[in-house]
Amino acid sequence: MDIFRFLIFPGFLFAALVGLIFTWVDRKVTARLQWRVGPPFLQPFYDFGKLLVKEITLPEKGERFSFLSAPFFGLLATVLVAFILGLTITVPTRGFVGDLIVILYLLVIPALAVIVGGFASANPLASVGASREMKLIMGYELPFILAILVPVIKSDFSIQLNQILFFQQQHGANIWSLSGFIAFLVCLLVVQAKLSFPPFDIAEAETELMAGPYIEYSGALLALYRLTRAMLLFLLPLFLTILFFGGVSLSGCLLLPSILKILLVLVLIILIKNTNPRLRIDQGLRFFWVNCTLLSVLAILLAYLGL
Amino acid sequence: MANWKINALTRSLWVFHLSAASCNNCDIEILDLLTPRHDVERFGIVLTGSIRHADVMLITGIVNRKNVPRIKRLYEQAAKPILVVAVGTCACSGNMFRTSYQFAGPLDKIIPVDAYIPGCPPKPEAMIDGIVKLIGKLKGK
Ligand code: SF4
Repeated sequence: MDIFRFLIFPGFLFAALVGLIFTWVDRKVTARLQWRVGPPFLQPFYDFGKLLVKEITLPEKGERFSFLSAPFFGLLATVLVAFILGLTITVPTRGFVGDLIVILYLLVIPALAVIVGGFASANPLASVGASREMKLIMGYELPFILAILVPVIKSDFSIQLNQILFFQQQHGANIWSLSGFIAFLVCLLVVQAKLSFPPFDIAEAETELMAGPYIEYSGALLALYRLTRAMLLFLLPLFLTILFFGGVSLSGCLLLPSILKILLVLVLIILIKNTNPRLRIDQGLRFFWVNCTLLSVLAILLAYLGL
Repeated sequence: MANWKINALTRSLWVFHLSAASCNNCDIEILDLLTPRHDVERFGIVLTGSIRHADVMLITGIVNRKNVPRIKRLYEQAAKPILVVAVGTCACSGNMFRTSYQFAGPLDKIIPVDAYIPGCPPKPEAMIDGIVKLIGKLKGK
């Protein structure tokens, strides 16, 4: 049963399908915002299938093993996130103490995989991209953890997702309190960086680094990276929905509002992506370390005061 | 190529744009394809920055002695299957530079070319037409 949950629902296959559909939503909304028509519904699936057909090129001087294995580690961590988040929603009794912390760790691994893959490809542009990604991680992890402390404090210091959900069922969603709202804002910006969307697409910077760490990847390996990204595009909004919007429910008439909640977060992310130019890496770091960190400290204080 | 491979390829063409010493008019016309008026993302066509990700290599400009090795190198670096499209009369035949001492083309002397889109510069509509013909050719029509 757990194998089924891991591989099919709500694990790998389900998250991958929804993630690819969310990628389409992203591209379509982006196109509409730019007054274009945008790609057809199945476009992310076509892209994925096409990449599987293409040749896999290996960089001549690169480190073969890390280059080949990095995308798999990223994908594996993402599937685990999908599994844990999915369990929290489908089988609420199955959570374990500290699953929130496990998820925080797992969410770093896709970015680490990108860094390892980028450095292993022995391409100067990829190295620059990977080192920027590394700095960006150091930038956003601090405010992210601080901001996530807010729902933890609110639900009586419980680091278990279903306890946080339970608290929100009793007292209303976290977003409706002042501290919850501030923490949500910070998390939204961090998610933006985790997805490497503008204004934090500093590592990929397509106009200066072409594709950054991904530059040497082709074919199926690139497809794995893109699949990881697509799944994160679904999982991160889902995670925020669980922490701040009272989670999602699969039963009957509550399904539609649940989907709308996730889509709301997604569209917010897309809007930020389309209305902001890329920051320099130092601006990005300052933004996270000063503005976001101060905001989340403020949110923690407010949460202590019960606001 | 097998049929399903061609189907997978033609539905999502990622384009790498190589400007081999063009006068930049062709390049501007290529960018027109991405604007709301023509929007080739409707057909899954997007620009990529890395040749490793590309399915189509668009080459504009005159092939000259300086950039022949670079064109060859980029062609070798691409993940196969890769399609090469010569955009503009310069890349197709040499245009008015064909008698120049620097001229080392036309492009099909250097690497195999799958489609030619003549014009100085070709209209965006002509480029879309060229891509349609290229897909038709791949499918054996
Ligand atoms: S074909 Fe004409 S427009 Fe295009 S690069 Fe040559 S001279 Fe310029």
